Amino acid sequence: MITFKIGGVHPHENKLAKESAITPLAPPAKVAISMAQHLGAPAVPKVAKGDKVLAGQVIGEPAGFISGFVHSSVSGTVAAVEPRADIAGNMVPHVVIDVEGDEWDPSIDRSEAIVRDITATREEILAKIKEAGIVGMGGATFPAHVKLNPPEGKKAEFLLINGAECEPYVTSDDRLMREKPEGIVIGAAIMAKVLGGCKCFICIEENKPEAIAAMQKACAGYPGIEVLTLKKKYPQGGEKQLIDAVTHRQVPSGALPIEAGCVVQNVATSYAVYEAIQKNKPLFERVMTVTGQCLSDRRNFLVRLGTPLSYVLEAAGGVPEDAAKFISGGPMMGKAIANMEATTQKGSSCLLLLTEEQTRREPESNCIRCGKCADACPMGLEPWLLNKLSRAGGQMEALEENKIFDCIECGCCMYTCPAHIPLLDVIRVNKAEVMKLIRSRAKK
Amino acid sequence: MDSTILVTVAILTIVGIVVAVVLYFVAQKFKVEEDERIDLVEACLPGANCGGCGSAGCRDFAQRLVAAPEIGSLFCPVGGNDVMQKVAKVLGQEAVAQKKMVAVVRCNGTCENRPKTNDYDGYASCKVKAALYSGDTGCRFGCLGCGDCVAACKFGAISMNPDTGLPEVDDEKCTGCGACAAACPRTLIELRTSGPKNRRVVVLCRNMEKGAVARKACKAACIGCAKCQKVCPFEAITVENNLAYIDFNVCKLCTKCVSECPTGAIHKINFPEKPAAPAAAPAAAPQAEVKAKEVTV
Repeated sequence: MITFKIGGVHPHENKLAKESAITPLAPPAKVAISMAQHLGAPAVPKVAKGDKVLAGQVIGEPAGFISGFVHSSVSGTVAAVEPRADIAGNMVPHVVIDVEGDEWDPSIDRSEAIVRDITATREEILAKIKEAGIVGMGGATFPAHVKLNPPEGKKAEFLLINGAECEPYVTSDDRLMREKPEGIVIGAAIMAKVLGGCKCFICIEENKPEAIAAMQKACAGYPGIEVLTLKKKYPQGGEKQLIDAVTHRQVPSGALPIEAGCVVQNVATSYAVYEAIQKNKPLFERVMTVTGQCLSDRRNFLVRLGTPLSYVLEAAGGVPEDAAKFISGGPMMGKAIANMEATTQKGSSCLLLLTEEQTRREPESNCIRCGKCADACPMGLEPWLLNKLSRAGGQMEALEENKIFDCIECGCCMYTCPAHIPLLDVIRVNKAEVMKLIRSRAKK
Repeated sequence: MDSTILVTVAILTIVGIVVAVVLYFVAQKFKVEEDERIDLVEACLPGANCGGCGSAGCRDFAQRLVAAPEIGSLFCPVGGNDVMQKVAKVLGQEAVAQKKMVAVVRCNGTCENRPKTNDYDGYASCKVKAALYSGDTGCRFGCLGCGDCVAACKFGAISMNPDTGLPEVDDEKCTGCGACAAACPRTLIELRTSGPKNRRVVVLCRNMEKGAVARKACKAACIGCAKCQKVCPFEAITVENNLAYIDFNVCKLCTKCVSECPTGAIHKINFPEKPAAPAAAPAAAPQAEVKAKEVTV
């Protein structure tokens, strides 16, 4: 069975919610839709207080090349357009809507019927994907239309549909593959058409046999689309790791996957593409896992974007007594939530609750030079060295020489460190600083 | 046996002499002419290598001083006017006297004033914490309390007060080098003139949120009401982005704003405990006061 070559760790998978079917969650009384749900510049709000909106209507327009459209996820009246705190407590422009009924834009096909014929042309599809506000739904939220439109002279040979879901606990992609396999395959076929008919692999880790079976069945009628079973290893879902596993190609340092002739899209993105092209439905809801050992009712919800996290948790039975930490995303790469009134976004795949014991951090001790971090790093970096240089201060050139910007922030080094050194915490901050330095140099 | 030793000694001696001659000529050829005043100037400097002057250390600063046609724009904050006087003497120039600067932490978000909304259990560094999220209190602008400024200070002038959770500056030890100000990711620390008798009036807040939001996060926040601006007879106070700022070059320490501030965000530092003490009191008081840090109203 295939996997990526260097590094990686094997955290306990804890896929607690994998038997819970996707349940649509009724919209709350009020939603607050963030204008910064994608990588790049926040969208510009296009509605004002008092405006009536329908679900699927554009409420934010892109503010640059790397930016995206934002749509209303509910029908109702705009109550405010104001900055609100996101999960990290940073102020981001939001459109707050008072929900009235559940009326969708009439052009959206709400039927369950699967539309198989792809009639739209390449240009139409690209424009539609952009207008539907589709971004990478694996968590990085990179605008999909940019990825699917490689620069002049670059040709995608492989389209990899990422269903690895290597993060422990998260089951949203697993459920989507089990319940909507054909939609995902049609989405993949649409994207393959955009990329000029490349070979397409749907990559799934071995711990999801039901999803593999469902996808294989759905692929039957689609030549050129194939399901690949991957060995279970974190971070297989990382773009560069997946490319390595499937094609044995390395993405050059600092370059995009297209340099290796690959385009990687998440399964949820693929399904969103299917809905946008065949059903005319923009991206305004997604599957989100609510899970954790301390939670008795672990669920996979289909949530409207802009739903407060507290409301989602309430639907899964409220806050358990022993919950100590709330995490948006998985336990490896997810972010701790400082504000439960923050709302769901296009990249919110999971709401994870951990207990005090699970989140306890051991006190840091000295590096014993065991080299475990260097073994675990899937990018072949030396985390101990980056940590040392980062803490010395003012070693930006040395950090750059040691390719700190290649760090994918997967957390394998910190996971494996026997001295409990917060390697990633330190590296992440300095990576951002080195990136800033590189960018300022590029401007000159 | 004997001859082996003699031959060895002879060969080594010849090699030694040849190498010495070569080295002598190479040294002559590649000799670096250095202004001897650099050594003299460096000897005057404190040798803290803190970087407060903007150079990479005292030697670097000495080179800049010697190279500069006019040393008026260069200043060693650690050595102060005395050192600059000495340097000026070596270089035969006039030193320009500058006011002593002191670091001021512009946050009064103590545990009591600014309740915690969540717990931070990550790496104890303000820089890391600030990069991760908005902090463990409701205020996005206030002190993060991990002590990056304490670690940055080479003179032991800043320490964390465990009761308030805020850093405190020891005015006596502070040299005004600015290392702490550069280390603070929230730009809370400002270098201000130490003021007459070491007294200062400062807005201890950096919250630029609207009044109600700021007040909700912290009891001691500046709410931008501009009352201080109206009451100030010297136009030393400006209010921008819901935040008041007192210009230390204009402020005459009348302390009218201190009593006017509804949230107590404006503090008078190193003033005698009892307000409006006549001439007799300050004469005796200053010695004792120097150690008292922030005497709040």
